[in-house]
Amino acid sequence: MKYIFCFISLIVFSPSLNAIELLNVSYDPTREFYLEYNQAFSKYWKEKTGEEVIIKQSHGGSGRQARAVIDGLDADVVTLALAADIDAIAQAGLLPVNWQSRLPMNSSPYRSTIAFLVRKGNPKGIHDWGDLIKPGIQVITPNPKTSGVARWNFLAAWGWALKNYGEDDKKALDFVKKLYRNVPVLDSGARGATTTFQERKIGDVLINWENELLLAIKQFPDEYEIIIPSLSILAEPVVALVDKNVDRKGTRSVAQAYLEYLFSDEGQRIAAKHFYRSSNPEILAEFKTRYPEIKTFTIDEVFGGWSNATKKFFDEGAIFDQIYLN
Amino acid sequence: MEGNTRFRIFRPPKTNSATNEPIYIRFLLILIMFIFFILFLLMPLITVFYEAFKHGFSMYLNALKDPFACDAIILTLSIASISVPLNLIFGLATAWLITKFDFYGKSLLVTFLDLPFAVSPVIAGLLFVLLFSPTHGWFSDILRFFDIRLIFALPGMVIATTFVTLPFIARELIPAMQARGNQEEYAAITLGASGWKTFFNVTLPNVKGALFYGIVLCNARAMGEFGAVSVVSGNIKGKTSTIPLYIETLYMEYKTQAAFALSSLLTLLALFTLFIKKCIEFSYKKRI
Repeated sequence: MKYIFCFISLIVFSPSLNAIELLNVSYDPTREFYLEYNQAFSKYWKEKTGEEVIIKQSHGGSGRQARAVIDGLDADVVTLALAADIDAIAQAGLLPVNWQSRLPMNSSPYRSTIAFLVRKGNPKGIHDWGDLIKPGIQVITPNPKTSGVARWNFLAAWGWALKNYGEDDKKALDFVKKLYRNVPVLDSGARGATTTFQERKIGDVLINWENELLLAIKQFPDEYEIIIPSLSILAEPVVALVDKNVDRKGTRSVAQAYLEYLFSDEGQRIAAKHFYRSSNPEILAEFKTRYPEIKTFTIDEVFGGWSNATKKFFDEGAIFDQIYLN
Repeated sequence: MEGNTRFRIFRPPKTNSATNEPIYIRFLLILIMFIFFILFLLMPLITVFYEAFKHGFSMYLNALKDPFACDAIILTLSIASISVPLNLIFGLATAWLITKFDFYGKSLLVTFLDLPFAVSPVIAGLLFVLLFSPTHGWFSDILRFFDIRLIFALPGMVIATTFVTLPFIARELIPAMQARGNQEEYAAITLGASGWKTFFNVTLPNVKGALFYGIVLCNARAMGEFGAVSVVSGNIKGKTSTIPLYIETLYMEYKTQAAFALSSLLTLLALFTLFIKKCIEFSYKKRI
């Protein structure tokens, strides 16, 4: 019996031996996007070089995925939620520390921002960040220790509080503290948080990627609505080549092309179709109706980049730990 | 009068007063049992099949025909078909050692045998990552030198599954072997049988029932394992995604029906396993 199974598995796995195989280790909400993008790229690469390329996907919370790559998951490319996670992979020596300057647009092919999802009719009257700390409001946001979007959420809230309370760090801390007091459960990833809000019906408002929320609305158009806050953060998910792995597997050229194609018009259009804001202004204009204008700040402007923000907020014993442990 | 006495003869012997509880206590106990049975066993079981077939049988079939689902099914069966035989060898050897011989540290061995039951599967998975990670694991130099990938690939998943299911077969065999004692083996050896011959003709047939039962349980657990495998798999769709892992992935991708379709398949495998177990028990009893 077992020989039959081994034989079957040999047959099934063998076709992949003839083609080039890439592994893209990505974060949660890109599942649907990369499904379509991978097909488009395979077609493009076949036409250009005649080579078959199969792209395998692994998805999960951004931090967890980075950890897996550091532990030896054979990713050719990583397409994660935030630069800090790829920085961690760089620190482990798998790719050079200047990775972000190797691709256009700071290695960020598609953008998103942080918005709210509420139940239809907005029964709790949530319109801006300030409404989230009202007593009795349950806020769903994942765990910043494991999830990329959770960090963006945290920083967006902090940034809004800074602007709103006259750039006072103490008042911002107080605001974020109150906000997290309203969080009943911290999921490990963006999709897990969405599932908690939608399927388990927990919470009054979900803070998440705009793209994740647009996808959720598409699945259940009559049950939810999106609220765009007065100010939010410009979230720039990033992509990078994992040099150590591509050199060992001999896949550098195709992996590089895979990432570069993300910045092409077709790649940008697919991203826009899957609810990401294009980093190309012309493509973004094509999809104007879907993406309302939103006032945003970047992490560099307000927090001086990811490494500073990580140190201040998310490291062991830093502000998030202090807030959540108390 | 005569009929009455005959009736009395067939009545069961009067029960002991200690077990003769008042009617309401008996009723209460039965009620509690039923509530638990319905709430924790029957309802989830029904939900799985209800959700799986909610959008019709053709959708159900489509969900199972999905190439990633097929890969997951094949991977799960491959892992089980490797780790169960490994466990069979280990279980037989350990049970034989423990029941037929006396040595120092035996009770320690018995205690350690239960370690996979006691340790959370997630921790087991992390331990294997720490050991076999090609970047910073204990054996990273060797693994890198020979360009071998253990974790985030099939071997690591087999190792993790084998670890988690390690006690099943041994735990079934030990009581069965202990109950039999050593006399028959002594007799065989006295009559001039070699060690292997004794093992295959005396020891093994004596514990056949327990052995099959152990294999069946071990197989069920191997196919359903989530925690440890999740840590060492890297969850690459169509490559290192087993049935339980792929169910989670499907659920995350809003493909609820497909997730439940695959769940129902896993449930059917489990029910089938229990069915085999019952058959074995039945034939075993009949022979005795």
